[in-house]
Amino acid sequence: MKKKIWLIKDPQWERRLFLNRSILGGGIALLLVVVLAARLYYLQVVNHDHFSTLSANNRLTLQPLPPTRGLIFDQRGVVVAENIPSYTLEVVREQVADLEITLQVIATLIPISEDDLQRFNKEIKRKRRFDSVPLRFKLSDEEVARIAVNRHLLPGVDVHSRLVRSYPFGMLTAHSVGYVGRINEEELQQISATNYAATTHIGKLGVEKSHERYLHGKVGMQQVETNARGRIMRVIERQEPTPGENLHLNIDLELHRVAEAALGSENGALVAINPNNGAVLALVSKPSYDTNLFVNGISSQDYQRLLHAEGIPLFNRALRGRYPPGSTTKPIIGLAGLEYHQTTPNQSTFCPGWFSLEGSEHRYRDWNKYGHGSISLKRAIVESCDVYFYSLSLRLGIDQMSSYLRQFGLGLPTGIDIGDDLPGLIPDREWKRKNKKEGWYQGETLITAIGQGFTLATPLQLANATATLANNGIRFRPQVVKAMENPDTNHYSLFPNQHATPEGKVTPLTPSNLRYIQESMIEVIHGERGTARRINPNSDYRIAGKTGTSQVFTLGQQEKYVAKDLEKKLRDHALFIAYAPADDPQIAIAVIVENGGGGGSTAAPIAAAVISAYLKPISSDALDESE
Amino acid sequence: MLSTNQSNLFSRLHLDSLLLGQLLLLALVGVFTLYSASNESVEMTQRQLGRLALAFGVMFFFAQIPIEMLQRWSLPLFSLATLLLVAVLLIGTIGKGAQRWIDFGLFQLQPSEIMKLAVPLVLSWYFHDKPLPPWYRHLLVSALFILVPTLLILDQPDLGTALLIAISGSFVLLFAGLRWRIIAIMLLLFIPLAYLFWLYGMHDYQRMRVLMLFNPESDPLGSGYHIIQSKIAIGSGGTYGKGWLNGTQSHLDFLPERHTDFIFAVFGEEFGLFGIILLLLLYLSIVWRGLYISVMAQNTFARLLGGALSMTFLIYVIINIGMVIGLIPVVGLPLPLISYGGSSMVTLMASFGILMSIHTHRKLLTNS
Repeated sequence: MKKKIWLIKDPQWERRLFLNRSILGGGIALLLVVVLAARLYYLQVVNHDHFSTLSANNRLTLQPLPPTRGLIFDQRGVVVAENIPSYTLEVVREQVADLEITLQVIATLIPISEDDLQRFNKEIKRKRRFDSVPLRFKLSDEEVARIAVNRHLLPGVDVHSRLVRSYPFGMLTAHSVGYVGRINEEELQQISATNYAATTHIGKLGVEKSHERYLHGKVGMQQVETNARGRIMRVIERQEPTPGENLHLNIDLELHRVAEAALGSENGALVAINPNNGAVLALVSKPSYDTNLFVNGISSQDYQRLLHAEGIPLFNRALRGRYPPGSTTKPIIGLAGLEYHQTTPNQSTFCPGWFSLEGSEHRYRDWNKYGHGSISLKRAIVESCDVYFYSLSLRLGIDQMSSYLRQFGLGLPTGIDIGDDLPGLIPDREWKRKNKKEGWYQGETLITAIGQGFTLATPLQLANATATLANNGIRFRPQVVKAMENPDTNHYSLFPNQHATPEGKVTPLTPSNLRYIQESMIEVIHGERGTARRINPNSDYRIAGKTGTSQVFTLGQQEKYVAKDLEKKLRDHALFIAYAPADDPQIAIAVIVENGGGGGSTAAPIAAAVISAYLKPISSDALDESE
Repeated sequence: MLSTNQSNLFSRLHLDSLLLGQLLLLALVGVFTLYSASNESVEMTQRQLGRLALAFGVMFFFAQIPIEMLQRWSLPLFSLATLLLVAVLLIGTIGKGAQRWIDFGLFQLQPSEIMKLAVPLVLSWYFHDKPLPPWYRHLLVSALFILVPTLLILDQPDLGTALLIAISGSFVLLFAGLRWRIIAIMLLLFIPLAYLFWLYGMHDYQRMRVLMLFNPESDPLGSGYHIIQSKIAIGSGGTYGKGWLNGTQSHLDFLPERHTDFIFAVFGEEFGLFGIILLLLLYLSIVWRGLYISVMAQNTFARLLGGALSMTFLIYVIINIGMVIGLIPVVGLPLPLISYGGSSMVTLMASFGILMSIHTHRKLLTNS
């Protein structure tokens, strides 16, 4: 019944109903807007600081800037390590429509190797889409031009110029300056993550490694505003990186060039030291290799080739080659004999060409099978008589002999500033008991006296010992790096060890005894019967030296050594130590020529050439020509 | 005299001067916001101006249609729109992973946009000669008018539009005087129905959006990214904002979809709470003007239609802003007259045209 009433439409009632509902609707609208406003108040006023921080974190990024690595100069100011712009072809994934096609187009323009492609594909997966990923390094000018001409075909492909370490004389400086390479996992653990945040390369060898902390410099920072994809929109704040120190070496590249040439195709090493301060003037090891190969990651092919190349070019003979010093230690043994009163300048020994221990048939040979006859210490040094030293060594005893040799820096690391050198070996009773579990035999004393047997020394140690002889028993720590120079302020400072307290002083040492030995060494070159008389320079300075020949393999008792019959690799090593000028020593030198035969004939001329190059100032014309 | 002349001029053009002024002001705010949101793209802004001109043209056109004619055409329009929706399911082209368009070669038609108008129209037509408040039997019929298009659009799937159409239909019922009892029952039913819908009616990405609302930080680079970044943009805007063109979140691309659905975040970042409140008041005043026009209307059809269209506009604003500030799940709805984009703006302006027609044709009726 009631429903009937509803059937009749009542416009007036409907109008009121609608008005009520509209007011309700308007109220709901207001309520909803108030809810939104409340939420917005919560976000924009209550939590404003929180979201402001998030907003700033979103857009602001701190970016490290790599410092420029310090340059390295030789003694004469020739650059031996520099940073040169190198062209790399880089691809930004984001801007490339079809990567496959783009790579194909590039390959038609410039050669792209399998290695390049593999590395590129690996890297592009790791990097972000807007990062520039290098595809090819070291583009030639022509290749750069070819890409430039076809750039319209290659959006997202660009040629970039980056600073790359370069060694203008990579072959000559490999074993001293060393090289840099990409930072590896192990190095990553040791370096400061902050300071190396933008650095890709680190010193791997030589000066580059030992003086990394001076060369590297200090990282810079810039605060940048980035967009959501990480692209830099603008730089807000910038703190420039501090470039690394430039290093000045004691090394004289000219001496390296001369030594290299004089060594020719022989394998060997040459080290030259200034006896007055331990400055290393030359540090040469042959064969060598081009360090530039290592800077951007050597290809595995090249590396295998170098690893197995004849003569093992990667091996640093100057620092790590351990050779029996042979007769080059005789001046020191002779000096020990004088100092410990086991011989005198007037005392003579008869040399029949061999020596036997009491109660033994074994003959220790002299190099001169006819013998030297009755011979003094001076003649024994000049003519390198073995028998004299066999006899003297028995009187000195192994322990006295060894401890005296060690005072010249033999048998222990020299402490050279670029590190990495080996200690060599000067044996004694203690050493033998520990390492060979055996007692000392007298015969071993004999052969130690002529630098054979267990005795081993590096060319660096021999040069350093020679410098010590030249410098009246005062021994320095060999120093390759002389000074550093700040590239911004040009502030020049010598390295602390330079001209500092000597590493050691030989005792006992009587000046007259030393002079006697030094005179004997001068006669090795300038005497009529000197073993190195052929290098007598006939100029205004004299050289003091000593030849050495160390056996690579042992001849049987009845066999005869005939060089030309022997295979090259079984031939003796030729050694020579020298310093000059004899009256005012400026350079001390040690040369070893592997399987070179006689020290006087092979090694001495090389040393003479280097000494002459050092002492005779070269004309500026010659310098220009060589560069 | 001048004002009379002016009102005469507007009356003759069938335009409501106040509503027109509000809409023009809103469009102006929108153009400035879009210019900033598009990273100062003149090209985009020009295109938007073109769309606005078109939309206002459509509004003008609808304002000329006498309300009786609309009433007569309601059912045919609804039937056509339903057919088109079915057609979309069968032959529609794929756009954004959902079937929403019919390609007529020259232009693309989005039938769900027509439906936004057709549903309130057909419901208002249906109730205009029925006794109010509506009977149950009439309610059942009207429920069909709502559910059929809603389900068809849900199937596309286009959750936002489906929701909006259902809401606009419901508003007609509400204005028709739907009894509180029924409203209460519907609201109670809503919860289990929503749960069932959650289980069976939603796609995975839709469920993800809802979940993200409650914990956007759980997937900061994936689904939660939108909400996190828009909250940062708005929150960092503070009371007075970073200033026009100075929003870092938007200009540095941190804010996704910043010129379309998330443009409110750009506005909030650059103009702050102060600007937002002014904008909300502008929206509110438009809704109120629409309701006022409806209340002043002379027949049931016009009243129901006007009220529903006004409230639907409000819901647009609430859903979009609510989603941008993380109050409701992300459903793809633009911010009226500010977001970049055409079709929904044209529909909205058509509805304002209808409101103007309601108001201005009434005057003519009283005059004659």
